[in-house]
This record gives sequence, C-alpha cells and structure tokens, in this order.
Amino acid sequence: MPEIVTASADFAAAPISLWRRTTNSLVTLAAATAVILVLLPLAAVFGYLVYKGIGSINWAFLTQTPKPVGESGGGMANAIAGSVYILLIASTFGVPLGIGAGIYLSEYGRGSRFGNLIRFTADVLNGVPSIIVGIVAYGLVVLTQGHFSALAGGVALAIMMVPTITRTTEEMLLLVPQAVREAAYGLGVSRWRTTLSITLRTATSGVITGVMLAFARVAGETAPLLFTAFGNQYWNWKLGQPTAALSLQIFTYAISPFDEWHRQAWAGALILIVLIVVSVGAVRLAANRGMLKGAN
Amino acid sequence: MVNRALGAPRLSGPQRLPEHAVASDSKGQVQPLIKAGDSRWADNAFFLAMLVCGFSVLALVGLILYELIAKSSLSWHAFGWRFFFRSEWDPVNDQFGAFPFVYGTIVSSILALIIAVPLAIGVAVFITEMSPRRLRGALAFTTELLAAIPSVIYGLWAIFVLVPLLRQYVQPWLARYFGWTSLFQGPPYGIGMLAAGIILAIMVVPIVSSITREVMTAVPQQQREAVLALGATRWEMIRTGVLRNARAGILGGIILGLGRALGETMAVTMVIGNRPEIAKSLFAPGYTMASVIANEFTEATGDLYLSSLIEVGLALFIVTVIVNVLAQLLVWTVTRGTPARSHA
Repeated sequence: MPEIVTASADFAAAPISLWRRTTNSLVTLAAATAVILVLLPLAAVFGYLVYKGIGSINWAFLTQTPKPVGESGGGMANAIAGSVYILLIASTFGVPLGIGAGIYLSEYGRGSRFGNLIRFTADVLNGVPSIIVGIVAYGLVVLTQGHFSALAGGVALAIMMVPTITRTTEEMLLLVPQAVREAAYGLGVSRWRTTLSITLRTATSGVITGVMLAFARVAGETAPLLFTAFGNQYWNWKLGQPTAALSLQIFTYAISPFDEWHRQAWAGALILIVLIVVSVGAVRLAANRGMLKGAN
Repeated sequence: MVNRALGAPRLSGPQRLPEHAVASDSKGQVQPLIKAGDSRWADNAFFLAMLVCGFSVLALVGLILYELIAKSSLSWHAFGWRFFFRSEWDPVNDQFGAFPFVYGTIVSSILALIIAVPLAIGVAVFITEMSPRRLRGALAFTTELLAAIPSVIYGLWAIFVLVPLLRQYVQPWLARYFGWTSLFQGPPYGIGMLAAGIILAIMVVPIVSSITREVMTAVPQQQREAVLALGATRWEMIRTGVLRNARAGILGGIILGLGRALGETMAVTMVIGNRPEIAKSLFAPGYTMASVIANEFTEATGDLYLSSLIEVGLALFIVTVIVNVLAQLLVWTVTRGTPARSHA
C-alpha cells in the first residue's frame, strides 16, 4: 500500500502585514482619485458648454450670418451650414475610399505582405497631425485652384477619415464567419457579389459605427480648415469658394477681444457638440435597430 | 467571434464547373447547372477597384511626404540643418530658425505626459482591476468621451475657465511654495507653457488609459489568480502580475499619447501665448511647431517664409511618424496574442 502523505496546516495563515495592507488601500485610493481627477475636467467642459452656451442660442443665432464687430446679434447659420457642407464633401471622398481599402484588407490582403503594409500605413496616417494634412490639402487644392475653397477643406477632412474607416471596416468584416461567405459561394454567388451583399451587409452596423467614429473625429477639426476652407462671413455654396465652418468660427471668436463674440463662441461650441453627439447617436441607433446584426 | 488561429480556408468564389457537370431533366435533356455565365470579369474588376482603394492609403502618405519635401526645399537649401538650432524668427529680414518651436513642442508635450501618465494608468488600473463590474463599462465610456471633444472646444474652455483659474489661484500658490525651483517664476499671466501642458494632459489621458486598459486586459487571467494564490494583496497582484507583464504595451500607449501631444494644434495655440521665446519658467509664454503653422501660414507672404513653415511641418510629420511606429510596435508586442481591437 502506498504511504499516505499528509501535510500539516501550518503554512496556511501567515497574516498580511499592516504595511502591505496599508499600501494596498493607499493605491486603491490613489486610483480612485485619478478617476475623479480625470472626470472633473470632463464634467467642467460639458457643464460650462451648457451653462454658457444655452443662453446665447436663439433663433437669430441659428438663422443669421455674423454681424460686423460692435453690432450685437447675428449668428452662425452660415458656419453651421458650412460645416455640414464640408463634412458632406469629405464623406463623399473619404467613406467609399476607406470602406474599399477595408474590404481589400479583409477579403484580399489578409496575411499578405502588401496587406500588412497597407494596414501599417493606415495606422501611421491615423497619427499624422491634422495641421500637416491641412498643409497638404493646401498644396494640392488651394494652390491649384488659386484660392481657398470648400473643396480643399473637404479633401483635408477626407484624408483624415480614410484610415479610421479602413481599419474599422477591416475589423468588422473579419468578424463575419467564413462559413457565411462559403454558403454564398455554394449557392453560386460570385465573389464580388458575396462581398458586397453578404459579407459587407452582415457587418453593416459595425461599418457604420466606424464611419461615424471617423465623422465625429473630423467634425470638430479646426487646424486642417484654417488654410483650406479658410472661413467666410457670408453664405457660400460654391465648391471653389472659401466657406465658413463652425469650428473655425469658434476659434476666431474665442481669441477675439469682444464679449459678444465670446458669448457666440460658447453657443457655437454647444451646437458643435450637439451636432456630433446627435448625428453619431442617431446613426448608431438606426444601425442597431434596422440592420441585420450579423453573426457577432 | 471567429477563431483566427484556425485559419480560414482560402476560397476564391465559385469555380466554373467542368464540362461534364450537368444534370438532366425528366425528359433526358441535358441542362447546364449554371446559366448565369462567367463572373470572372466582374470579380477581377471589383478586386482591382478594392486594390486601388487600398493602394490609395499608401499613396496618401507618399503624397504627404512628397508635398512637404517639395515645398520646403527652398528653406532647406537656405538654412540646412541649422534651421532647427537657430532661434531667430524674423520674417521681415527673411531669417528663420525653428528652435523656439521645437523647444516649446518638446516642453509642452513632456509636461503633458508628466501630468497625464500617472492619472491615465491610475484610471486604467481602477477600471480593469478595482471598479465594481457594474461601473466598469460606464467609466470606460466616460473617460473615452474625453477623446471625442474637439480640440477647439478644449481651447475655448481653457481660455475662459482654466487660464483664469491658473492666474488667480494655482500660479500664485506654485510661485510661493515652489518658486525656488525657478520653474514657477515670473508674472502669473495664466496663459503660457503650464496652461498648454495641462490642457494637453487632459487630451492625452484618454489615449494612454485606453491603450493601458487594452494591454492590461490582454494579460491572462491565470496570471492574476496565480499571484493571488501566493498570498499577494490586490495591489501586489496588479504590480507583479499585471503591470509588469503589460509594461511594454503601456510604454507604447504613453508614446502614442506623446505623438498626439506633439501634433496637437488648436487648444495649444489658444493658450500657450504664441511667442517664440525660450524661458525656463513654465509661467512664460511659448510657441509650438504646430501652432506656428496654424497662426502664420495664411499670413506668410514671402516664398522663404512659407517654405520655412512647411519645413517645420515636415519635421513634425517625421517625428510623429517615428513616434507612432514605435508605439504601434510596443503595443503589438503585448496584444499580438489577442484579437485586435480598434482604438481609433
């Protein structure tokens, strides 16, 4: 018979020393403090936006163009419209390009060296400072056209949208099980049709989320618009003309010495945040409700 | 979720059926199974279109580099390497040196990291290891919300809330108790390097903390259990079991935050004071590479002036690319075993 080994229970309870327990509590406290310290500015920013902004939003602010210095009243209607206009131009270029590159990465470039290179470059492009993108759009569009324009602003923002959309599209498409693709092939569906109507369709809500992420990221961008869209005190719907943008207007007003303009800057900032949150929220909600949620 | 480790079989869509693959109907007549014809042409066209989209990402980065190099050659030929070590910035006499901007960019970014890194790691540790499970999602979402606020709004807030606060309370206090370090001297304007560093810190925290959270989550659960089983307290478990294993990734997150801080433009431009000076005190105004471009680009009249600004941009581009590549590699060393997640 094998000998039965027993262990004594002595090792069990070496008590945790006071020093170790105190350190543990102190660190927990420090981490909790860090959370509070980080949430504080967030609350302060939103609080001030609402507090300062809400009083200055009125019908005139939403429907009129800016008044000259010294006159009170006027609004940012042209800047709000201009922002939407520039964002539409940016989306026209950026969204198809980004989704296409994402499709390439997930459906064709998986594991290939060229695919990895593109993926890596997209991450690099994502980290390029926005002001640099502005310089490039200036060189490409403004210098060619001879003047600042809405198109140049749109191109700058489009360049910034592409990497985010590419990477999220790729990740969302990779989540679609291979079996779904195979099922389509088995029915005799061609490969391009499978990609568009089956794979992309299954991942729709994720892809839309990615697009909205990119949209939210560029919606408040100011630096790349400074010398592309340039800003405008009046209405403009021409592609080739300088255009006002909400973010530019906020910047100009914030660094001006006039109280009336400061007030309007706060109002503009509140509108900008609301615009971003509402558009992102609405599209996400629609995507979650209406579309096929896919296999994830 | 797809288990990518298994590797999906490579399929290239339906194949054309060989000649003999036919079925016969009841009357014995032979019918081809596929009538829709050949999709090869459409498939190739689609592939080509997607390839062009993919290639455009490469082309964009190439284009940025080309534009910056081509348009800054004038200043490069005029000043060479000395451009980055000269302090003179005199558009009237066509003398340009970028040193004050390089200095301002480095100091403001490092200041931002000094403030942001402990906070960000604290937040990440709290969310992943300490917070009640119910709070976790909400806290993660709220900290990430900080990244969604546009830079110009941070700038606006900083001008009207942060700067007066610094001027009235923080700076006099710092000057009284820490003035001897000579870092906190001079008139408290509010506006200056310190304000820029703080606002940058607020903007960098969500990046560093989200990457830190990601790499901490990538540390296997058994690791924690093993350390706890040895009788460690929670903090000892986090320190030895989690942070030590994730340190390369955390460093990557910090460097990614640095990349963001270096290139950040609007908020800094609005509070740093925009004076090309080099002062030891953090109360003094400064200037950064990004903000000099933002402020002076549209007013740059001479060719050499514009070219110099673009050269500043080129330097900023190269530095941020290097910093980002480094960060990606570091994060990748920790998370490569786990499925990729977007941290855009």
